[in-house]
Amino acid sequence: MRTLMKHREVWLLAAIAALVALISLRFPGFARPGNLAAVFNDTAILMILALGQMAVILTRSIDLSMASNLALTGMIVAMANAAYPGIPVPLLIVLAMAIGLALGALNGLLVWKLGIPAIVVTLGSLTIYRGATFVVSGGAWVNADQMSPAFISLQRGAFFGLPVLSWIAIAVIALFYLLMTRTPLGRSIYAIGVNPTASVYAGIDVGRTKFVVFCISGLLAGLSGYLWISRYVIASVEVANGYELNIIAACVIGGVSIAGGIGSVGGAVLGALFLGIISTALPVINISPFWQMAISGGAIILAVVLNARSERKEGRIILRSAAA
Amino acid sequence: MTDTTHAPRHIPDRLDKPLGSALFSWEALLVLVAVVIFAVNSFASPYFLDAWSLSDLTFNFTEKALIALAMALLIISGEIDLSVAAIVALASTMMGMAVQAGVGTPGLVLIGIATGLACGAVNGLLVTRVGLPSIVVTIGTMSLFRGVAFIILGDQAYKGYPPDFAFFGQGYVWWVISFELVLFLAAAVIYWFVLHRTSFGRRIFVIGNNPVAAQFSGVRVARIKFILFCLTGLMAGIASVLITSRLGSTRPSIAQGYELEVITMVVLGGVSILGGAGSILGVVLAAFIMGLVTFGLGLLNVPGIVMSIFIGLLLIIVIALPIVWGRFSRRRMA
Repeated sequence: MRTLMKHREVWLLAAIAALVALISLRFPGFARPGNLAAVFNDTAILMILALGQMAVILTRSIDLSMASNLALTGMIVAMANAAYPGIPVPLLIVLAMAIGLALGALNGLLVWKLGIPAIVVTLGSLTIYRGATFVVSGGAWVNADQMSPAFISLQRGAFFGLPVLSWIAIAVIALFYLLMTRTPLGRSIYAIGVNPTASVYAGIDVGRTKFVVFCISGLLAGLSGYLWISRYVIASVEVANGYELNIIAACVIGGVSIAGGIGSVGGAVLGALFLGIISTALPVINISPFWQMAISGGAIILAVVLNARSERKEGRIILRSAAA
Repeated sequence: MTDTTHAPRHIPDRLDKPLGSALFSWEALLVLVAVVIFAVNSFASPYFLDAWSLSDLTFNFTEKALIALAMALLIISGEIDLSVAAIVALASTMMGMAVQAGVGTPGLVLIGIATGLACGAVNGLLVTRVGLPSIVVTIGTMSLFRGVAFIILGDQAYKGYPPDFAFFGQGYVWWVISFELVLFLAAAVIYWFVLHRTSFGRRIFVIGNNPVAAQFSGVRVARIKFILFCLTGLMAGIASVLITSRLGSTRPSIAQGYELEVITMVVLGGVSILGGAGSILGVVLAAFIMGLVTFGLGLLNVPGIVMSIFIGLLLIIVIALPIVWGRFSRRRMA
């Protein structure tokens, strides 16, 4: 099973390499390690969000509220920083994660305790959290000059040649890899996606696990809230508007099955990277940025068509290895 | 087995509610909500109870509600279409191009509707022929369709629609009754008839309840789903004609975010997001409720983004209420 999973990621990696090679034909500097590191850094936030979304999708749920959660936590943290510049930035990051966690837990509770489908709950909270961002801020923006220097510079500091933002993404990826492959929770998440009924008989609390998964996606959305605001140094109601579908697109391109149970940390990360490369590369090779949307749309459909084939095969392989 | 002599399993138009009686049906709940909101609005603003105000109110939802009618059928069949707003944008862009080429009003309407139909067919083919999950396909085509609109238009806008084209989105049939409202009500009656009074509608419920069983019972699942995707595209095309006519211009960002509002309308109307249950009456009521809420709050100078909080809360509360209520009454009985 594991070799096959790697197999698909290898394909995705090959597609990314081909993409980079293609871009390098038009713009030779693109494949330089320094530039690739910059692309990774640009994509870091999307990767973090895609991992949270992946965990949710694996349990046959979906979290449409991540971008709104990000906007709300980002706004609150930015306003806290503007009003009380004395609060140390690490504390603000913890605050962002706590608020994100609370917002995610709210989704999770409705899914767990009332059994409302996740898509309905998060469709509602998508608009509520976005509206709350407006209420909290009164529609005003928090600009760069209102933020403290430490707030802006923390994620930009270089550390072993990479910005702190990249290191945060790497840490999240590593932790997520351990969570998904080395813990009972990760096992339960996959099990619920593959067969919820069998999971109940296996002693897994399906509702509670879904709740935990929404807490995780909320926590990561909150963390991304701080990262997004301090990276683009503007907090407004419009931050990351419509981004929830980019996050899902990253997962889908990365081979995460919307039907649940199939997907890997590496896949989600590569899916995000693929979208990130497209968006950073188009301007440098003189393709109008207006093409970006259509290209990523085409990429999503292509990825789904390709994944649909491999998914069917994999279903059998999983059973075989379980029998062995 | 004695079971074999039983009548075929009753296929519900909606999932069993704890309060099963007609008086406490979902539609009754929606009517109650609508009346309460209507009353609150009348008290809150002196400008609300006026024929022209109420007429303006309908423009808030008729375009989205037209799409919601077809979306309801699609969701009942167990699929979903997130690309409807992008279809509106692409159809509007095509009409804009046609205007530049000197096409007259009948041609524009035809192009708008045909574009919608074609986009719906693309979604339908990808879902039924290639066998992909519709939520993912339509996230992809959502980017693709709007992306094509962006490629064609960039940061430009199309204007210069012929004067008689304005009738569809701005015209009145009689007194304060707008063309949009008449079109929506007519479409609602047609959709009600198709869903609740024809074998085609029955099959949609069957597919939504159990697609595999439907297939084995001789229902052409793929064909019906394909037709439903085409219908949804068609309605998005019609909505695009109305919106473009009302605004008198086309930008690639037109109708941004409509897809979630349309789906909210459908779910609020009592259609199960899991498929297999729902009614057109519920969707129509939900459309009016959303129109009432946004218009009433608009009269009170509440910004649009704050209205969305109310819509979101309404959605969750209306869905949660019967569940909480059911649990409460069950506990009391025990």
